[in-house]
Formats: sequence, C-alpha cells, structure tokens
Amino acid sequence: MSKHHVTSTVNGEPVEFLCEPQETLLDILRDQLDLTGSKEGCSSGDCGACSVTIDGRLVCACLVLGAEAEGRKIETIENMAEGDTLHPLQQKFLEEAALQCGFCTPGFLVAAKSLLDRNDNPTETEVRYWLAGNLCRCTGYDKIVKSVMDVAAEMRGE
Amino acid sequence: MGVDGNYKWVGKRTVRPDGTDKVTGRALFSADSSMPGMLIGKILRSPHAHAKIKSIDTSKAEKLAGVKSVVIGKDFPNLPNKTISIGILAANFSEMSDKLMARKKVLYDGHPVAAVAATTSAIADKALSLIKVEYQVLPHVIDVDEAMKPKAPLLHKKMITVGVDPAPTKASNVASRCEFGFGDLEAGFAAADVIIERTFKTKPAHQGYLEPHGAVVSVAEDGQVTIWCSSQGQFMVRSYCARLMQIDEAQIRVIPAEIGGGFGGKTVIYLEPVAMALSGRAGKPVKMTMTREEVMRATGPTSGTSIDVKLGATKDGKLTAGEAELRYQAGCYPGSPVGPGAMTAFAPYNLENVKTVGFDVVVNRPQAAAYRAPGAPMSEFAVESVIDEMAQKLGMDPIALRELNAAKEGTTAPYGPKFGPIGNEQCLEAAKNHPHYSAPLGPNQGRGVASGFWFNVGGESVASVNINTDGTAVVLSGNPDIGGSRASMAAMAAEVLGIDYDKVRPIVADTSSIGYNDLTGGSRTTFASGMAVCNAATDAVDQMRTRAAKVWDISPDAVEWSEGHARPAGPNAGDFEPMSLADIARTSAKMGGPITGRAAINAQGAAPGFGTHIVDVEVDPETGHVTVLRYTAVQDVGRAIHPSYVEGQIQGGVAQGVGWALNEEYVYGDDGCLQNTGFLDYRMPVASDLPMIDTVIIEVPNEAHPFGVRGVGEVPIIPPLGAVANAVSNAIGVRMTDLPLSPPKILAAIKNGS
Repeated sequence: MSKHHVTSTVNGEPVEFLCEPQETLLDILRDQLDLTGSKEGCSSGDCGACSVTIDGRLVCACLVLGAEAEGRKIETIENMAEGDTLHPLQQKFLEEAALQCGFCTPGFLVAAKSLLDRNDNPTETEVRYWLAGNLCRCTGYDKIVKSVMDVAAEMRGE
Repeated sequence: MGVDGNYKWVGKRTVRPDGTDKVTGRALFSADSSMPGMLIGKILRSPHAHAKIKSIDTSKAEKLAGVKSVVIGKDFPNLPNKTISIGILAANFSEMSDKLMARKKVLYDGHPVAAVAATTSAIADKALSLIKVEYQVLPHVIDVDEAMKPKAPLLHKKMITVGVDPAPTKASNVASRCEFGFGDLEAGFAAADVIIERTFKTKPAHQGYLEPHGAVVSVAEDGQVTIWCSSQGQFMVRSYCARLMQIDEAQIRVIPAEIGGGFGGKTVIYLEPVAMALSGRAGKPVKMTMTREEVMRATGPTSGTSIDVKLGATKDGKLTAGEAELRYQAGCYPGSPVGPGAMTAFAPYNLENVKTVGFDVVVNRPQAAAYRAPGAPMSEFAVESVIDEMAQKLGMDPIALRELNAAKEGTTAPYGPKFGPIGNEQCLEAAKNHPHYSAPLGPNQGRGVASGFWFNVGGESVASVNINTDGTAVVLSGNPDIGGSRASMAAMAAEVLGIDYDKVRPIVADTSSIGYNDLTGGSRTTFASGMAVCNAATDAVDQMRTRAAKVWDISPDAVEWSEGHARPAGPNAGDFEPMSLADIARTSAKMGGPITGRAAINAQGAAPGFGTHIVDVEVDPETGHVTVLRYTAVQDVGRAIHPSYVEGQIQGGVAQGVGWALNEEYVYGDDGCLQNTGFLDYRMPVASDLPMIDTVIIEVPNEAHPFGVRGVGEVPIIPPLGAVANAVSNAIGVRMTDLPLSPPKILAAIKNGS
C-alpha cells in the first residue's frame, strides 16, 4: 500500500511527511518528527500522555491518524515554552513539585493549557474533570490540580 | 550538619534539577532513544494460561523479508536452578530465564514463547503471526486458595514445599511456608475478653507505571553490549543480563533512561536479555517496547491474597494475642512477598503473643513483582480491619485503641528485633489531633483510620562529588531518579559543601561510570545513596581542608569547614583569611590535582517508618459507588530532605492504595486469560476520583543518617486499604473484607447486611 503524503503545521512550522494509512499522529510525531515529548502510555486514548492540540482542540495523538493531520495545525509540548521562557503552567509545575517521574507531565501540561485557554476561572471540580483523561500514578493529582488552579488565579491577575 | 541542625538547603522546596527537561518534553525515557540501523523487536506470547509447548515453527517468520532474527527458549542459556544473592536482591536465574522465554511449558496468559527483530514494526508484527506454536492446553489455577487444594492443577510437578518439617512427600503449588512471632498464643487468647476472627481477600493490583517497559540494546561484533533502558536499577539490569546471557558484567554498559514510574515493578527485567539475543544474532541494535496490553498481561503485579486474622483483647483494650495466616499468589514461580507481609502484619502493635504464618503459592499468573512495601498493604489491611472492629466491639475510639497498644522504642517487633526510636505514637497523636478527625459526618458517610509500618532498607551505594575549578560541583550517584531524588542529592551535597543548591549538578551515572549501587527500592535511595553523597561530599571537604592547611602551614585538624569556607578552627589555629571552595578549587592544579570526593558504602542503620491515615467516604446506597470525600495522611519520615516530594510520595501512595481498595482488580475468564488489559477496564484513580490529600510530616530523625532520613515511598500505600475499608464498613454498617470494594459488592453487602 502506498504512503500518504501529508502537509501540516506542527508547532508553527510547516512540515511534510509520508505515512502509512494505519500510522497514528503519535507515531509520526515521535518516530518521524523526533518530537518525543508526547508519550505513549497506552495507545488506546485512556492515559492522555500523548495529549496534543489539533486546531486548538485537545486530543490524544494516539487516536488520530497521521493522515488526518493534513492541513491542520498541531501543537505539542515542545512548543509550550516561548523561547527561553517557560509557560506559567510549566513554571508552576516545577515550583509546586507537580511531577514525580515526569512521564505523564507533558500530557498534563498540554491538557491544562487547553483548559485555561477556554476557562480562566475553573473550579477545582472543573479542573479535576477536565484532567480526568490524563492518568498520573505518582502524585495523587493533588499538586497538579493545585498548580493549575494557582496559574489560573495568576493569569487572572489575582 | 547533624540531625537537629538548621539547614540552608535540606528541608527546602527547591526546583528539581531535572525539572525543566521534564516539563518541556526533553527528558528521554526508554522509548525515546533510537540508534542508526535500529531494528524493532517484538514478542509472541502464550494465549493460554497453562500449556505444554509441543512445537514451535519459526521458519516462515525467518523467511519474511525484513526479519533479521528470531529467537525462542532454546536460544537462551540454561542456568543452574538455585537462588543467588545480588546486593539486596535474590534471584533464581533458571526460573528467571524461563520467565523471559518459555521452554517446555507456558505458565500464564502472556508468557513469551518467541521473539523477532525486523526492520519495521509492521514486519515484526507480520513475522509474529507467521510463527506456529502447537500447544497442549493444561488445566490452570488462578485463585490462591484453589491453588492450595490437594487436587489443584500443578504448575511444577517436582515442587516440594520448603520450610515444612518433615518435608512433604508430595508436590504441591505451595512453594514455601514461613513463620514469625513469639509468646504463648494459647495463653494470650485465654486472657482475652473479646476475640475476633476474620478472613480477608485482596485482588492482585498492578503498579500501573505510565511508562511501559522499553529498551534499546546494541550487541557489537566484539560482544560489547550497550543497553538504554528505564529501570529501578541500572546495576540490577547489568547483573541480571550478565548472568542470564552468561557474559561478563564488564562487557555490559547500562545507561539509565529516565524512568516513567516503577513502584517496584521495574526491579525486574523482561525485555533486555531478549533484545540482547535478537541484537546479537542480527548484528544491529534492537528496540523493544511493550504495549499496555503486554504490561498488563505479562508484567508483575503484586499478589492476590487470602488472609485469616485472629485478634484477642481484654475489655479495657489491651491486645493479648494476634495470629494470622497469609496465603499469597506468587505467580508462575515462587517469590510472592508473603515474607514481608507476615513480618509487617502486626508491626504497629506491641504484642506479647503473636504468630504469623505465610504461604507462597504458585498460580498461572505472571510472576509477582515488588509493589511499594511489597506484601505489607494486604497483611496490614487485614489486621487494621480487625483492629477497627475490635475498637467497635470494645466501644473504644479506634485511634485510642491503637495508642494503647502502639509499638514504640524498645518494643520487640513481631519479626524479631527491638525497635529503636520510631514515630508510631507521634503519628497516632497527630492524627487524633487533626481537625479532620473531629469533623462532622453526613448521612451515608463513614470515617476510617488505619496505621502502616514498613522497614525501609539501606544497602550498597557509591557516590562521587567532583569539585570544578569554578567552584561548582557535580554529584554522581547510581540510582535512577524515580520521584525527585536528584533534588535531594543536590540539596544534601550543597548542605555539606556549603555552596548554593544551583551550583550543584546531580547526575545519575551509567554502570561504567560509577561503582555498584543497589537498585532504587525499599525506600533506600535518599537514605543510602543520600548517605553516600554526604560521605563523598565530606571526603571532598576533607581534601579541601587539607589543602587550606597546607597553604596556612597548619595541621588539617586545625581547619574547619563552614558555609563553604575553610577556616582556622579557633584562635589557636592561627589568623588566616578564610578560603572559599571556589578559591581552593581554582588552584587545584597546583595543589595536588582535581578534587574528587568518593564514598562506597553498604549503608547500615535504615530505620522503619510508620504512618496513620484518616479517610472519609460517602457510599451511594443506590449504586454502591464510593466517593472519597477527605483524606489525611500522617507519616514519620525521619527528615524530609525535600518536603514537596515527600508530600508528593505520600499523596501518590495514597492514590494507589485508594485504587487498590476501591477499583483495581484483575479479571480472568474461565480460560485463565486476563480480560482487562487496558486502563479503561483496569481502573486506576483519575483526578476526578480523588479529593486533595492532606499530608502531615512527622520528623523523628534516624540517627544513622547524616540528616536523619528514614525513607518515604513505601509506607503511604499501606494504610489506605484498611482506612478505606474501615470507612466504607462504618458508612454502611457492614464489615467489608473482600477488596476491591466495587459497587456490586457494596450493594450486596447493604442488601444482605453481612
């Protein structure tokens, strides 16, 4: 079977790649574009470690085919910091120790940013339900939820 | 320094040195590395729980274009069937090799039978489908009580129970029996006014690390092996691979990737020797990563258990005797954590008469691997449930009953030794005084309390502290950073050296760059490797003091080190301008060469940890669903080197324990095959399942450690099982003894009232 030629925008840069019909966006990001910040924890959309946005919509990259990236804008963890300045969520995760092993962290950050892009004043329950698609086995979520709430407050200027 | 000192860096909430890499996606975990010319390796696994392998035909797979090597069991060395100690571990390499790749029989659904390496993942998949394995399916057994019955299907026809005198004459699935305790049980129970006997069951629970196992392995033509993998111990990987593949340790270099969670589950290996065999045959590097389904089917969860507890007490609450029989699933070969389960069961209590008996039982499941305080959560769940019931029967407050009988300094532990200074009573007191404990409860709500005990261990550790000529330092240690240990190593080194935390760069070194370290496990890293780092930093300081002494022409004993400076020890030592670490480092070339502090120790004096947890739950009487409303965890950690990561470890342990208590279980079909092989069906807690988890850190220093560390990571998974079960039991008025407390069980209990 021939490969698909796909033209897409990843982290603001135009990219082209060839993909097999069954290859996922996560395969493309990790194996072809060397963007290994998105992690594969389950490849069934249950753990959220491969969270990215497509045209601003939060998705699990393992549930998207590479071919579906055609003409879309993909954002990954690798583009969350601006130049040498970490995104406030990244900075807060460091200050609050909202990570232990760090494997789920990129997915949580991408998902949390996606929440704050939509809702700058989420309740704790809203944060918990928004992040319910991201599994963390190390932290018990406490410091992650606190960090997201704190950043939301800071971004509101409180 | 000293356990009661005021510290500049120890106890501070610094940003971890590896943090930026981990929030930007830079950090390289096992699946993130690649090599030029790399092949993809995959494993064919048994679809049966128990079967004889009649034949394996790999010829079609070998002929497929793109397939570069195929291996089966006979391609691995056969090793002597005996147990060997390596550091804090013990292993039977004959059994380990058979677990890696089955020889004559498959012993569980998911047992590897063949492996291939191919140029692409798709070709490797295709090759697996071309391998023909002929099986003769055998009867299987999964449940531990079933496996102990006389007519149970036998996994190993020659297995005679060890630890029984006289030795049984017939083979069984009971690999061994162990016993701990002292006193006169009969007299103890005779003195009791109240005796409670209960049987408890727990299901196997997976460690649930988010990062599946993975490795990239290169075997060069000269036999040199390089392994990039995530594990809880690069030296463990090296030791195991060398013995399994019969090559010298010096020929293997294991480079630790970042580890995406372990919790004990990465103290064993599954892929590396297989990748070695494939790479050696193909002449190319091989990358292997497990799918989540493979992780669930074929990597070690902890044991499912069946436990009887008998507890006696006088009417005023003095415990008179405790007895338990513990039956633990080992998986396909011996090695359940029933020993530590039996040792810890009654450890929070001062008992004059106590006996625990444990049985290690093989069943058709993957080999049990360590999971955070291996064995203890189940046995302590059973005992903590009975303690709660005893308090109810006696009309006592459950914390008051625990305080009355609490193990303290001088108490003889049920497993033998006398406790030194421990924080058990302090934890109970803090829990009792916490506002959570007196907060009102609403309808359908219940509160549960439970304590937990874990030994904590020391072991072998090596560290180096290299002083750079610009006054900074690089700290090398040999334990993978599983939850912020680099930050702790840097803080302790900075404290000893007297320089700023951000002037210290901690590195987790590979097996060819540092001496042997036992793995990250047993809550040993901050204690034992931390001690090595402190000693290595002290060694560097001593060298710098000696150099200052030379410059000043006084005795090194007359030079003290404080706040990063060599200073005359007193007016008698002379009047010299203090020399900073940077001053001394700058001139190192002229003063005897580079300054490198070293320490190689077998850390002794690990001190046990205790914790007490309080949880409030609400049970929905219509659905049986349990909501965790509030959680407070109190723990004695000796010294919190980095309080945020101590809190985080406690919170994470609680979340795992809550999952174990409420949701997580393995579901097997009648065919003995695992049916819930993904996160959707193996339901670990998500953010919306949990409340904030309040932590209270108690610090009763461990005098054996330069800063008083005990260890943190294992105690917090122990109390949640009992605390949640007690809370649910109290909410519905029925004693719940069978974990997980899933909605159907709770509804049945509410309906039946027992």
